[in-house]
Amino acid sequence: MEAIFASALGILTSSGIYLLLRGRTFPVVMGLTLISYAVNLFLFAMGRLQTGVTTVISEGADYADPLPQALVLTAIVIGFAMTAFVVVLALRSVGETESDHVDGQEPGK
Amino acid sequence: MNHAVIVPILLPMFAGSLLLFGARLSMPVKRMISFAVVSVLVVLSFWLLAEANSGDLTVYSLGNWPAPFGIILMLDRLSALMLVVTAVLSFFAMFYAMRGDDERGRNFHALFQFQLMGINGAFLTGDLFNLFVFFEILLIASYSLLLHGGGAERVKSGLHYVVLNLVGSSFFLIAVGVLYGITGTLNMADMALRVAEAGPQEAPLLGAAGMLLLVVFGLKAAFLPLYFWLPRAYAAASAPVAALFAVMTKVGLYSILRVYTLIFGDDAGPLANMAQDWLWPLALLTIGLGAIGALAARNLHRLIAYLVVVSVGTLLAGIALGTPDSLTAALYYLVHSTWISAGLFLLADLISRQRGVKTTELIQGAELQNPYLLGSLFFIGAISIAGLPPFSGFLGKILLLRSVDPDLQGLFLWPTVLIGGLMTMIALSRAGSMLFWRVGVSQLDSAELDYGRLFACACLLLLSPVLVAVAAPLLDYIRATVAQLHNLSLYYQLVQPGGGA
Repeated sequence: MEAIFASALGILTSSGIYLLLRGRTFPVVMGLTLISYAVNLFLFAMGRLQTGVTTVISEGADYADPLPQALVLTAIVIGFAMTAFVVVLALRSVGETESDHVDGQEPGK
Repeated sequence: MNHAVIVPILLPMFAGSLLLFGARLSMPVKRMISFAVVSVLVVLSFWLLAEANSGDLTVYSLGNWPAPFGIILMLDRLSALMLVVTAVLSFFAMFYAMRGDDERGRNFHALFQFQLMGINGAFLTGDLFNLFVFFEILLIASYSLLLHGGGAERVKSGLHYVVLNLVGSSFFLIAVGVLYGITGTLNMADMALRVAEAGPQEAPLLGAAGMLLLVVFGLKAAFLPLYFWLPRAYAAASAPVAALFAVMTKVGLYSILRVYTLIFGDDAGPLANMAQDWLWPLALLTIGLGAIGALAARNLHRLIAYLVVVSVGTLLAGIALGTPDSLTAALYYLVHSTWISAGLFLLADLISRQRGVKTTELIQGAELQNPYLLGSLFFIGAISIAGLPPFSGFLGKILLLRSVDPDLQGLFLWPTVLIGGLMTMIALSRAGSMLFWRVGVSQLDSAELDYGRLFACACLLLLSPVLVAVAAPLLDYIRATVAQLHNLSLYYQLVQPGGGA
């Protein structure tokens, strides 16, 4: 399970970084989204990957670490708000500069 | 439990929420609320400074959960000093903004309060994840404040700023995740204990997480190679916002100081003081490149933004040297550079208003209406930031230069700081002679000097001689701060049963 999880994170992150380095705002936003997915999954895995254990806490038995779950929730909420903001900002940038390039002008101009 | 510790966070939060819901309130009411809050914060932060000066840590356990299980707020001398720097700065920035700049966006005051909440929270928290949350709060507010006033230039620089900081936030989360995964705690003092106990197997991973944190803080603090966003963003921001942003780079430097003296501090075994070796060359290069940027700047705003970069490099050199003397110098320089660069941003705006369409571009323009008044303020600000006597920049730099032994480190530091200062001075005198002397015959009659704005700007710049006048008690306080930072057992008591207050 660890190997699959780790490679999923790796693929998400590398795709995210590739998109982040593109010149147009839309791929950049997509890249940021992918990276934040990877980060959320990574945080979640910090409580260690286990199957078939109690969700929060119970006597005697093994239980999953609840703290990373709380951290991930916080990170997801913040990530959502940020994505929404950056989308609005990118749209405004297109409106103001008439170009969807991240520098606000077409290359070579 | 001392509830005053949480007030610097709660007060701006409630005021910000009130202003957000009351977006349709009339502007005088909004201004009154906002101004009342920043005034109370000034008084409160000085009171907390006196409180912290007793030498004890004041701890506030949220929800009364004992550390390390609950989140704690922690007031030591360093956080109290940072609170004072922020409060004084925000008071004058708010005073300036109330003279009309706040009318260009409906939610300026709400955002300003949220920004204060994030900054104060970052200085007070004793929990690493909480630090992330407060970073996000201050960043979200700063994204919108940067765009305050609108315009293509702000949107362009804003996009870069937002994307870079979002990537930085992801890095922060990865680093926090790794640290939590290995140490099983998020409380900084508790984490410091666990890192000190870590075996050789865990050390490399902990080190990697620590370095990742350094990248994140480096992005906030804006040192090489992560400062490229700063000049554009700061130059584009409206004047009161740019003034407030002068403390934002210091949030990054504060975090560096906190994390690399406490978690990866003297006790951290193989990881002890691991950041300092990296910070040293980066600090010197930052000074050099910042000074070159200042020489090449084509308008006054960008010139001052590069001076912020130079001051970050100077501060970082003090942190990288890591001796008590150099840290003392760095903290003194931090107070000075925050207030003076903020004052210069405000002054640049005042000058810009009297030059019509040429704003602060360094080209021949109309004669200023108040050349002597603004010129003298520019002169004071310029020699203060360039580090000439008799002002505080000189004192800070002297302290820093005297803190190194005349060996290899001194051989690098002295020329870099001094030549950097010379280049700063050349850039500023060139800008000054262009703005004040190479002028056309006609004045623009549109721009009246606003005395409220002038008051805020002059007060910030005149804090420089004040800093020299109160240097003795201030330096005593800072020396005690540095001693406290290195007295790690004080922090460890927080997480031991029966410890803390």
